Amino acid sequence: MAELSKKDRMKIPRQAMPEQEPGIRNANFKEVNLGFTEELAVMEAMRCLQCPKPVCVEGCPVGVKIKDFISLVAERDFAGAAAKIKEDNVLPAVCGRVCPQEEQCEMKCVVGNKNAPVAIGRLERFVADYEREQIGLRIPECKPKTGKKVAIIGSGPAGLSCAADLIQTGHDVTVFEALHELGGVLVYGIPEFRLPKEIVRVEVEALQKLGVEFKTNAVIGFTDSIDELLSTEGFDAVFIAVGAGLPYFLNIPGENLNGIYSANEFLTRVNLMKAYRFPEYDTPVFDCKDKNVAVFGGGNTAMDAVRTAKRLGAKSASIVYRRSEKELPARAEEIHHAKEEGVHFEFLNNPLEFLGDENGWLHGVKLQKMELGEPDASGRRRPIAVQGSEYIMDINMAVIAIGNGSNPILRQTTPGLDFNKWGNILVDPDTMKTSKKGVFAGGDIVTGGATVILAMGAGRTAAKAINEYLANPEV
Amino acid sequence: MYKIVEADFLAPDVKRFIIDAPKIARKRKPGQFVIVRVTDHGERVPLTIADSDIENGTITIIVQGIGKSTKQLNSLEKGQFIQDVVGPLGKASHIENFGTAVSIGGGVGTAIAFPTAKALKEAGNYTISIIGARSKNLVILENEMKAITDEVHVTTDDGSYGYHGFVTDKLKEIIGSGKKIDLVLAIGPIPMMRAIAEVTRPFGIKTIVSLNPVMVDGTGMCGGCRATVDNKTVFVCVDGPEFDAHQVDFETLIKRNRTYNVAEKEALNHICHYDAAFDSLKLQEAEGK
Repeated sequence: MAELSKKDRMKIPRQAMPEQEPGIRNANFKEVNLGFTEELAVMEAMRCLQCPKPVCVEGCPVGVKIKDFISLVAERDFAGAAAKIKEDNVLPAVCGRVCPQEEQCEMKCVVGNKNAPVAIGRLERFVADYEREQIGLRIPECKPKTGKKVAIIGSGPAGLSCAADLIQTGHDVTVFEALHELGGVLVYGIPEFRLPKEIVRVEVEALQKLGVEFKTNAVIGFTDSIDELLSTEGFDAVFIAVGAGLPYFLNIPGENLNGIYSANEFLTRVNLMKAYRFPEYDTPVFDCKDKNVAVFGGGNTAMDAVRTAKRLGAKSASIVYRRSEKELPARAEEIHHAKEEGVHFEFLNNPLEFLGDENGWLHGVKLQKMELGEPDASGRRRPIAVQGSEYIMDINMAVIAIGNGSNPILRQTTPGLDFNKWGNILVDPDTMKTSKKGVFAGGDIVTGGATVILAMGAGRTAAKAINEYLANPEV
Repeated sequence: MYKIVEADFLAPDVKRFIIDAPKIARKRKPGQFVIVRVTDHGERVPLTIADSDIENGTITIIVQGIGKSTKQLNSLEKGQFIQDVVGPLGKASHIENFGTAVSIGGGVGTAIAFPTAKALKEAGNYTISIIGARSKNLVILENEMKAITDEVHVTTDDGSYGYHGFVTDKLKEIIGSGKKIDLVLAIGPIPMMRAIAEVTRPFGIKTIVSLNPVMVDGTGMCGGCRATVDNKTVFVCVDGPEFDAHQVDFETLIKRNRTYNVAEKEALNHICHYDAAFDSLKLQEAEGK
């Protein structure tokens, strides 16, 4: 790598991600992005300037040693690069796919000041895929057993990252999952075409090989309470990583008509229950074929839902969003992909009422045009209704993708655990400690709906704090 | 995998399963349910826990074979396995000494009413039960109800056994006899529950129904089971499944439960996979898993 000058490196263009053609992929559930080849990866790695003070790392919630792993890629030591990433990130194949790198590491990348930033996410994905496919996931060494037992509630990104750290420090770890499959939002929420479930399965398997025990069909609060985990079940600490898990609806008339889904339900039916392969799998979902589908919301989940509807054969698949394109919270790549696949965007439209037939089936939505006013508390310009602009959009199916509140089960079954007024668990942000001794919490149940990587960061912070707590519980 | 310890038909297409599930047996309360997935390609089906045996670590569910999944479940025998059983889910029935409580079960609804009726008796209520069925051969749990309630009335639509008429007729008769009724629990087909609600409404008798919408996760995560109660949207899985019958919008519930009628038929016709899945279950059994 040394032989290339900074100027030479700056001349290399950002390597494009090979992907399925839009007109083909919008009719299948296979992954959209195909991943870098070795040649593309090495070429991209050579764009890294190997800054003495790598600011990219500051943008990473788990502090991956970006400069070091990219240097190893450039030297074609892909196994070494994988090991380097794994020092800080247990799920690189997942993060390389779903992290919003453009707002994190890549936003900080110095190359990006002049040219397009180094494609850190794509390199991370390449390295993780290389390890999985070519050499098999490396099983790191664990420290000698401490004899302490930790219960982790939820097998999503926060739970998995916490489990990985704690098992390596020598604690026994049991992860409880309410559903019948492991991975949380990675398996029920994010579609196959963005994150193949096989990848999640292999990552979970690696944790099992490390000795993490997984228990599915365990709804903590009901199957066991947190108090029981800490007493009769013999756990020394508990990490709550249950995610948000209670979908918001619009609260407008007609919302309980047939054909209206929360994004959680629609995506769970298709992803977790594999309704896209009905009747081979038993769970059905609304038959989108030749129907008009509207998705309300503008985040990544909304993009996942609308692109899923398109793949299920929808005649039209539209995003209805009350602000403008500029305010869309979804990742740029998701919006770009959705557009390429033929998704329509109805910006500055607000739903007022769903309309149905006498049998209770949705056939339309009354929308109102909006215009942007002054910025609101979020810094985005506030949408204001245009009087007299109401009109009817014909739709057969609607998906509500406006976020999640907090699930009530733990709140109702865990005395001594403090929540804020939105039902999120209150924690010390440095240690993830809750109001209950020995109980820690992190991820969406603390922050409200956020990203996979932030949840993983919370899992790691909690693991560190739990480790300290177990060494000295009385402090 | 969850082992079936006992399995016997109580009526045509209605089967009782005793399943090895010690945790659920210990934790469950009357009114709560489990979600069952019969095979690894299966859908998640909510079923009320009819009874449990803490000592033996088992729960009882009573299943009517209607769609593909329930028919598939009902084809399983003692010694075979169910892929997934999760629970207990939902809020437990509110139990106290109300005074006189009438528990009404229509068809397989009797199995759902049974655990709550039992708890009402244990709480000191004078308990009356009404078991309704289309015909004599569909009457279930008569002896079990006799063992746990003070009065049992059986009604059949065709008059082949017990009182000739509907459960609503019997309830009207009991109310008409001047007996003071403090609580009515009604569980069965939605039209029956709606009719009961209309019988008790003029008398202001507190009436509870257990709703049975389509569910997926059963833990509040998907909102597919939402119903309208007191003009507000509720999630039946975490806010229920029991609600005040006088506030339930039964019309919307009936319509929503028809969402997958077409798909249900298609699934039933999809015989080849049904057989394959069933064979794989038998195979797992043979391998002693």
